[in-house]
Amino acid sequence: MKNHVLRPLWVAILLVIALLVARKLYVPADFGINGRNFTYGYYRKASVNDWKEFKVKYKGRQYCKECHEENFDSISKSKHRIIQCENCHGPAIDHPDNPEALEIDRSRGLCLRCHADLPYPGSHRNDLPAIDPEEHNPDKACADCHNPHKPDLEG
Amino acid sequence: MKCSRRNFLKKSLSGAVAAGLPLAAFKFLSPREAHAAVKEANLRWAFIVDTRKCVGCGLCVKACKKENEIPYDVPLTRTWIERYIVTKDGKTTIDTPKGGRDGFTSKKVRGEEIPDDQITKAFFVPKLCNQCDNPACVQVCPVGATYQTADGVTLVDRKWCIGCGYCIMACPYGARFFHPVYRVAEKCTFCYHRIKKGMKTACVDACPFGARQIGNIKDINDPVAHTILTERVAVLKDEYGTKPQVFYLGLDERVR
Repeated sequence: MKNHVLRPLWVAILLVIALLVARKLYVPADFGINGRNFTYGYYRKASVNDWKEFKVKYKGRQYCKECHEENFDSISKSKHRIIQCENCHGPAIDHPDNPEALEIDRSRGLCLRCHADLPYPGSHRNDLPAIDPEEHNPDKACADCHNPHKPDLEG
Repeated sequence: MKCSRRNFLKKSLSGAVAAGLPLAAFKFLSPREAHAAVKEANLRWAFIVDTRKCVGCGLCVKACKKENEIPYDVPLTRTWIERYIVTKDGKTTIDTPKGGRDGFTSKKVRGEEIPDDQITKAFFVPKLCNQCDNPACVQVCPVGATYQTADGVTLVDRKWCIGCGYCIMACPYGARFFHPVYRVAEKCTFCYHRIKKGMKTACVDACPFGARQIGNIKDINDPVAHTILTERVAVLKDEYGTKPQVFYLGLDERVR
């Protein structure tokens, strides 16, 4: 039918169909609000799996204990038992396969994180044994005198 | 209409049934409430930060950066520690060198040393994404790349994010930043890959003093839920209405 009203109408309908087809093709299947409203509910389910599959690097002290029970026991008796192995020895990822990958931190800076003197009233920092790093043997490594697994000099 | 015996009995019977129906039967459940009624949905991650226990060692920041592959020498962090020093003249000095990655080992605050006798109190406050119930960052995302999971963690889809930075501006806590490698918005994920495997987050594991805890706020037997219920906890910037799910113990009014 030739009609100056219907012709643009067909064009408009075709455009809408083209838009719907394009939308169907380009919007990922997992895109949706899934349970909440449009304000807060954008939800991409496939991305949740991406995050779940992210690689774990820090394995925890029980993992270290499986092979290094001696070291685990020695530190368990000291005040440093609250510190995880990997805080000083580096993340255990790939360690059994490639022992060199472990980056052990032996720097003074590591010990000073807790033991540099900061006399702050009201802070738990105040309760820890502390030294002034500029006066307390500044050119020596801490581990020269203090065993990190047995930090009390007497023990 | 004639009031026959049959009609009268019918009407009064239906009237009695209607009166007997509880009002609750007519209540519409929001999708969230219906979802929560399903047992598997009874999980909502929440975090506790005990500022009284923090000593500012920064081991949490170090562990977080390594665990989550945030470039180590770039001053960007998912979690960070702030140092607050209150002096006798009523001033508060705040700093966070490298986000506290190397701990606080010097009395110097931005190059200046505050004399010990001038300090009335000083403390450390660890911060991280608050995993808000009403996340402003999700609301502003123009492409729907950031979203809240069913268990309450706000994540970013790196494949979908266009890096416009709206969410970085919208977060009242400054918890988001731009990832220099992936070139998308980046934020704390509550170590989603770890908590989903039954582990704790890297920062919780790294903290020697137990200043950080993570748990399920919907489980009454969870120690974290118990602490939030029974102790005096505070949240940051409550007035923004974002309903943050990181709760602080021993929070000072100066902490913003």
